[in-house]
Amino acid sequence: MAEIQTEEKAVKKGSKKKRAKKHPTAIDMTPMVDLMCLLITFFMLTTAFSKPKVMVITMPEKDNKEQKEQPKISAERTLNILLSGNDEVFYYKGQAAPGKPMPQLVKSDFSKDGIRKMLLDRNRDLFKKIAEYRDKRLTGQIVVADSTFDETVKEMKKEDKKGPIVLIKADTSARYKDIVNIIDEMAICNIASYAIVDIAQVEEMMIGAFRAGTPLREFPKIKVNK
Amino acid sequence: MTPMVDLFALLLTFFMLTTSFRPQEAAIIDSPSSISEKQAPDFNLMTIFIDKEGKVFFNIDNGMDTSTHYRAEILKKMAERYKITFTEKEYDLFGRLSGFGMPLKDLKAWINTKDSKDRDKLQVGMPMDSTDNQLGYWILYSRIVNPQAEVALKGDANAHYTIVKKVMDLLQGNKVNKFNLITNMQKEEVGIKDLPLEQK
Repeated sequence: MAEIQTEEKAVKKGSKKKRAKKHPTAIDMTPMVDLMCLLITFFMLTTAFSKPKVMVITMPEKDNKEQKEQPKISAERTLNILLSGNDEVFYYKGQAAPGKPMPQLVKSDFSKDGIRKMLLDRNRDLFKKIAEYRDKRLTGQIVVADSTFDETVKEMKKEDKKGPIVLIKADTSARYKDIVNIIDEMAICNIASYAIVDIAQVEEMMIGAFRAGTPLREFPKIKVNK
Repeated sequence: MTPMVDLFALLLTFFMLTTSFRPQEAAIIDSPSSISEKQAPDFNLMTIFIDKEGKVFFNIDNGMDTSTHYRAEILKKMAERYKITFTEKEYDLFGRLSGFGMPLKDLKAWINTKDSKDRDKLQVGMPMDSTDNQLGYWILYSRIVNPQAEVALKGDANAHYTIVKKVMDLLQGNKVNKFNLITNMQKEEVGIKDLPLEQK
């Protein structure tokens, strides 16, 4: 026992000198680490990591002063898509004009087998061409820069003479997401030419008649309010 | 423990330096999704927000360096047009705020309100009908002050298309024909295998 006591004493005696040296290694860092953890979490959560993505659309220029000659588009290639509320999409081929047989309105939706299937079917040639080109690039058969790739796709779309010309028309009950969805479908299906245009009165009547279960057989009489 | 602390310090420095705070938005807007991967520009962006009730808000940034005070300049033009005077301090404060949507007469109160909750109460939407088309003037003066500004539209998925169309018509009236629609990205893979079978 005595021996131990002497040892303790010896330690105590020595400790007065050693304390100054030992102290720096014994800083308790836990609170600092806690604080840093907290700050890191804070910055991670507030950082705007993903910048918003945008979809670019270019609208045809409006020129009220002089009625420019409307570009002629063949009725065969024209595809009209009518948007109405409740995610309803209608489409018809060709043109609804007086003196011509009334085109048939078809109801569709935004699901995978809905409007997309129809658009892909119509745009088969161009879609195949672009998809093959993209696949070749992905598998490494051809190596091109992003800008060249975009340029080539643009060129393919320009040259296309078979695909549909889509006219997108939204009625008053359509929502913003319908428009975004349909433009998105255009991008997915690589449709070369599409435009957002105003809905005609006859088309509103076509939707109305379709809903009532009596599709229009011939061009209706329209009262012109001017 | 020391390596861990070192790592933490490094991470903390990284996040502090790279962080750019999310700008405060005038309203909660749930934008629709698309496959687009293009990023919105950081500067020279005029953003028009449309919430699900059809209220319209407007925002424009100050340009890419601190020497340009586009916001203050635009407000000066607006103030001149509507014969409302703002103090220098108010111009300065306005330059540092973000999106807004209220008649110009209430803008002074909005600038001077300190509490952000009280400030949000003043956001009633920008008037844009034919009798008092303030949004039109904001767009016009923004185009004059900063001709490089691109236009972004951030609409709620459930906003009525008629209002979006009204805004687009207004923009087209100001010779803006290119719109950036802000969307959430949602990947969608469609390849050759998705082509429907050929019908003959």
